[in-house]
Amino acid sequence: MTVSEYQVVGRHLPTEAEPNPKIYRMRIFALNEVVAKSRFWYFLRQLKKVKKANGEIIGVNLIHEKKPLKVKNFGIWLRYDSRSGTHNMYKEFRELSRADAVKSLYQDMAARHRARFRSIHILRVVEIEKSEDVRRPYIKQLLVPKLRFPLPHRVQKTRSTFIAHRPSTFN
Amino acid sequence: MSESNFKRFIEVGRVVLLRSGPHSGKIAVISEVIDHNRAIVDGPATGVPRQSYPFRHLTLTPFRLSKLPRGAGSGVVLKQLTSEGILEKWNKSAWATKRTAIEKRRSLNDFERFKTFVAKKGRRDVVRKSVKVAKKA
Repeated sequence: MTVSEYQVVGRHLPTEAEPNPKIYRMRIFALNEVVAKSRFWYFLRQLKKVKKANGEIIGVNLIHEKKPLKVKNFGIWLRYDSRSGTHNMYKEFRELSRADAVKSLYQDMAARHRARFRSIHILRVVEIEKSEDVRRPYIKQLLVPKLRFPLPHRVQKTRSTFIAHRPSTFN
Repeated sequence: MSESNFKRFIEVGRVVLLRSGPHSGKIAVISEVIDHNRAIVDGPATGVPRQSYPFRHLTLTPFRLSKLPRGAGSGVVLKQLTSEGILEKWNKSAWATKRTAIEKRRSLNDFERFKTFVAKKGRRDVVRKSVKVAKKA
């Protein structure tokens, strides 16, 4: 699954009462364009009196990451429906792009809370510019100066079933 | 930081050997640690483009750029690689020479394997004869 960020623009169809309907724009994280358009209608009909039957999509654009090789810290606000209720959450991720951060958010929510794509709303994705603003300890521990850690117990794959020496797992 | 029994660490400036992907077998430098599983590696001297790489596809080497700042660009990495002579050090190391020797041996065809077999036989012959002469003396 690769999540991309799309900009979807749409509006209500022009009517006699309203010949110039308001244009709405959303930034949506979705697997592909089709899902992005579907999510656009899902959110828009919750917010405004516009639905797919009486509206139109003006354009869908893929948003590319400006600096895809810079490591950034992202804060994501989300809302999700668990089996017993609805919860708001704030999580942090250290990734190379906004879309990657949202992708790992979906993985994380699926793993820790068994929450699927359909039960998660992403409210806000923000790049945390200053490291003092990072709140979560699991990201803070990666921001210490002179960070270093070993890779303990590395097992090398061997081609044969039997080898003369026990593998060295230490470096 | 307290003393550790480990000698090689994931850290900025560590020279690593890539173990999979299109650049497998080349060395690169860790220029930024992303998280517990990934880092940004960069190998401007070996033709490895800057990219995210998981640690399970990396092997740590004993070499390290001592003064590399966190998140340094390819230009700085290249400059420090040449000034510290990491590439020459790597190519001279027993690990790298063994790797190239194995690679060479694997790429030989049947006739070339036969030629090495004959050459090794010749070498053995010279050694045995000289040992015999030395024993008599």
